[in-house]
Amino acid sequence: MAEEALLQARITHHIGGLHLEAQFHLSAAWTILFGPSGAGKSTVLRILAGLMTPENGRILLRNRLLLDTAHRVSVPPGHRGIGFLTQQPALFPHMSVRKNIGFGLVRVPQKERESRVQEMLSLFRIESLADRMPSRLSGGEYQRVALARSLAPRPALLLLDEPFTGLDGALKASILEDLSSWLSKSQTAVLYVSHDLVEAFQTKAEVLLLEQGRIQAQGDPSVVLAQKREQLLRQLTAAQ
Amino acid sequence: MDTQALWLTLKLATVTTALLLCVAVPLSWWLAFGKARWKVVIEAIATLPLILPPTVLGFYLLVLLGPRTSFGRFWIHLTGHPLAFSFKGLVIGSMIYSLPFAVQPVTTGFLGIGPEILDAARLLGASALRTLYAVLLPLTRRSLFSAAILCFAHTVGEFGVVLMIGGDIPGATRTLSISIYDQVQDFRYAQANHTAFFLLMIALIALTAVSSMRKQASRG
Repeated sequence: MAEEALLQARITHHIGGLHLEAQFHLSAAWTILFGPSGAGKSTVLRILAGLMTPENGRILLRNRLLLDTAHRVSVPPGHRGIGFLTQQPALFPHMSVRKNIGFGLVRVPQKERESRVQEMLSLFRIESLADRMPSRLSGGEYQRVALARSLAPRPALLLLDEPFTGLDGALKASILEDLSSWLSKSQTAVLYVSHDLVEAFQTKAEVLLLEQGRIQAQGDPSVVLAQKREQLLRQLTAAQ
Repeated sequence: MDTQALWLTLKLATVTTALLLCVAVPLSWWLAFGKARWKVVIEAIATLPLILPPTVLGFYLLVLLGPRTSFGRFWIHLTGHPLAFSFKGLVIGSMIYSLPFAVQPVTTGFLGIGPEILDAARLLGASALRTLYAVLLPLTRRSLFSAAILCFAHTVGEFGVVLMIGGDIPGATRTLSISIYDQVQDFRYAQANHTAFFLLMIALIALTAVSSMRKQASRG
């Protein structure tokens, strides 16, 4: 594994009919975990976040050991420096937007906590929603708040499991723009799950290709996904 | 109405409800989220008072709390008097007898919370305790109120367990339901009617409150 990598992971796990055997590292600011449905993408993310423990695995983030099943080491989620936004993020329905964003900052001193929440509200352009309850948010607003909440503790790595599925293109682009603005300020890297070929090319991120539980290739999308792109183009041509 | 019995009944129901909620919350948490395989056995034991005849439960408790068991002897050694035929004994009996009325609504409330909410709390670094008081309890407040109301009403109306453990000591263990029994035995039907009507109203109000809360919950 590359020593200079932000994240180094080796995971072996069986779940349902899937045999996951993935070894990879992350060095780029944006990495797309690309693969078809059922390839094990969400499982990889859940394991990285600490929501699942694999049968065997070792994970290091910035050379800090997060998981080593051989030595029974497992840092709990929330203490790994990893933020995670799932496809259906759940805001706490009984808390206002402000309280939701501040929930992960309980160990931060009160004054700094307030300024951090304010910073997130401003960054994601949701200041006007600060005192609103989650039930009164639109789909896009809900995702913005969930993103702000995940980033408020300033994770070193943000995992995004297709969280913008279902949002229209303009809204998604606007949220991604706000996210990119934050990433340029902070040192947060992103691992973004997608099975959308166009999206993988558009973001110009590094791509990890996961198929049938194994990392098949890693690198520039133009190289890693060249074959899939050709395949898609052939299908489109044949359809015409 | 026997006011002494009324106050004793209300005191017993209040103390039982308060203590039972303290026990039911952690037990329900474990039943809802625990991974132990044998939790089905504990779940069955916690539900047992629903179908067990109160006299059977009362008999076993009477034996357990009496001087023939090591627990009973230990208690007498500690306090100088037995638990049976005392208010404290009644509280223990009532707590066991009403346990399912507290555990079931709270467990159902916990199970109704989506796993994604719990994942979110874990991902944001919340400890189990913080998840409980900051997320689970506020989100299950209706279940907690239902549990409290059901426990209170059930304790107010209990007869068999109280009679077996506490007997019929005025001011110490005679509750309203025992009082009705005494009134009927003495052919004081008018008084028995008043007491019975009072207990009927408490049960009816409690069930109306629980039903209204369930309707509110289903409306979101």
